[in-house]
Amino acid sequence: MSHVFLGIPTAPRGVGHLRGDRPFPEAAREALRDGQLRANLGHATSTIRAKRAAVVGELPDWEQLRAAGRAIKAATMARLDEHLLELEARVTERGGTVHWARDAAEANAIVTRLVRDTGADEVVKVKSMATQEIGLNEALEAAGIHAWETDLAELIVQLGEDRPSHILVPAIHKNRAEIREIFLRTMPDVDPHLTDEPRQLAMAARAHLRERFLRAKVAISGANFAVAETGTLAVVESEGNGRMCLTLPQTLITVMGIEKLVPTWRDLEVFLQLLPRSSTGERMNPYTSLWTGVTDGDGPSEFHLVLLDNGRTATLADEVGREVLHCIRCSACLNVCPVYERTGGHAYGSVYPGPIGAVLSPQLTGVEDNASLPYASSLCGACYDVCPVAIDIPSILVHLRAEHVEAQTRLTPEAVAFKALAKAMSNSRLWRTAQKATRLGRLLARGRPILPATLPPPASQWTFSRDLPTPPKETFSEAWAREHRR
Amino acid sequence: MTARDEVLARIRTALGPDRPPPEIARDYRTTDERTVAELLAVLTDRLEDYRATVLRCAPDAVAATVAAALDAGLGAGWDPASVVTAPGLPGPWRPGGAAEDDGRPAAELAAFAATLTGVAVAIAETGTLVLDGSPLSGRRALSLLPDCLVCVVEAGQVVSGVPEALTRLDPAAPLTMVSGPSATSDIELNRVEGVHGPRTLLVVLVA
Repeated sequence: MSHVFLGIPTAPRGVGHLRGDRPFPEAAREALRDGQLRANLGHATSTIRAKRAAVVGELPDWEQLRAAGRAIKAATMARLDEHLLELEARVTERGGTVHWARDAAEANAIVTRLVRDTGADEVVKVKSMATQEIGLNEALEAAGIHAWETDLAELIVQLGEDRPSHILVPAIHKNRAEIREIFLRTMPDVDPHLTDEPRQLAMAARAHLRERFLRAKVAISGANFAVAETGTLAVVESEGNGRMCLTLPQTLITVMGIEKLVPTWRDLEVFLQLLPRSSTGERMNPYTSLWTGVTDGDGPSEFHLVLLDNGRTATLADEVGREVLHCIRCSACLNVCPVYERTGGHAYGSVYPGPIGAVLSPQLTGVEDNASLPYASSLCGACYDVCPVAIDIPSILVHLRAEHVEAQTRLTPEAVAFKALAKAMSNSRLWRTAQKATRLGRLLARGRPILPATLPPPASQWTFSRDLPTPPKETFSEAWAREHRR
Repeated sequence: MTARDEVLARIRTALGPDRPPPEIARDYRTTDERTVAELLAVLTDRLEDYRATVLRCAPDAVAATVAAALDAGLGAGWDPASVVTAPGLPGPWRPGGAAEDDGRPAAELAAFAATLTGVAVAIAETGTLVLDGSPLSGRRALSLLPDCLVCVVEAGQVVSGVPEALTRLDPAAPLTMVSGPSATSDIELNRVEGVHGPRTLLVVLVA
């Protein structure tokens, strides 16, 4: 089933951050030249890989939890319309207001209007992928509303006028010395003797944001989970900035992708075990907040939930690709990916980098708007192994590559070569002749096991980034025929 | 067509009419054979791993142990008026002279040095305390703004894992799961304790 035939719109162009301004190979080549970036990423990802492996290894039933997580998400998607209506009914019963947004532009307009209605000209924000995806901060800024990011890594990115490069730790590409430099440059009241010790840097962020939390009238969050049967929303975090935002302001606005829900309260018993161990490599994250509508005398008196499509229903229409909607944004796949570890997140262009980004972004935007991403992988499968909901990322990458190839109207040299190969392989006489012909390649190899990378074009397009083995003196079938000759 | 109707129509188009949801096998662990003593040991180990401080005591020694916890958290000679308690905290657990949360504007709670609350449930395997907004746990801002948090946990409130804990909780209540002091892994993915929430967590474990 293809996206195009059903006519379900993908995420629109011109708003949000799902598309890069150049293809992955070009951006990656530049990132690979940044030695500091590679050192920072190598250090951070190897730290987190070891932590995750230790806490996952501790649970004897990890594989059962993983299978249950996968099944719960598949069941959620199969009845997504019904679960969303149930969620809406429960949230409304408990004093919340539910809004629906077809795309990024509509979600931004809804949130901007809601903030304006409160009269506030600033908001505090909990780290949220959905609001990054739709470019909410820029939309608010254009309306004269300043958004304060309160998660430490988001704050580093915001103050440094940088872009996020990781789902969980958007400033993973910065080391402590670089973070210290950003704080000294941008925080008005910072202690000039600030060192690069992580604890001191965390304290500087605390001092910088404390008053803003206490005076804020409006907070904006995302959601890790929403429970359809109870109307409960959950935010999983570490620092307490989430709790500040979810508790102190009078108005809370939560922007959530429609795929983030689970059907029952009981389902949380699976995801609250899978998520922290996969993301920060902890048995449990320091703080998880769960709220249902509004509670008198405890927390915000006004609660708005914005349900966001922005290409998710188009993704749901693809029977193979829809599995990406199971993602719980843990980022374990980024941390194990040999490609991500070397290029970092910026090379992917979208706010969703790494293996999951390579299958999610092209589906939200339509493959042709992110055509290089399905190729940003060696298909090694490490991402599938660590995924807490067992998303088969390598298979979806291959599926999207096929979709991209089928969408091509002009013949590429690669397509011509493969057409010729298909013809040769469908006829045994032609195939044997072709095999004999490849033996000419042995002349180029001059006895080395790999052909030189500097073949003439168009063959160089292939050999530039791939090893082409020297053709053998004799093929397997020739050897078989020789040895078994009667 | 409203956005709501359109999004729902898109979902129905995307899924088509035939879409049986798969079976969910819940063959992971939901109960535990361990004794209470074993669970308390696991809970203590996990909390200490998060750099929380755990003080064990008998039911008749809660007040003295709370005082010892506050000595550790605030330094000896702390002012009882700088400590605020949840409104439903049992009288015998409270330090003499401590304030009670009377529902004042939440931001005013930031003036206190320490908070003293009970909990709804504690999860041994993950080192988690769950506060549920009841008079014993207090509202959410209470366990958030003061820099030092002391929680009293009774042995009967300790369960083995997450599944058991969720069955004891009311989804409609404002719930906060606390696993150690506030922390961040945002600098080079190393965990550092203490950001916006309480930088010090002390647990009085009553058994």
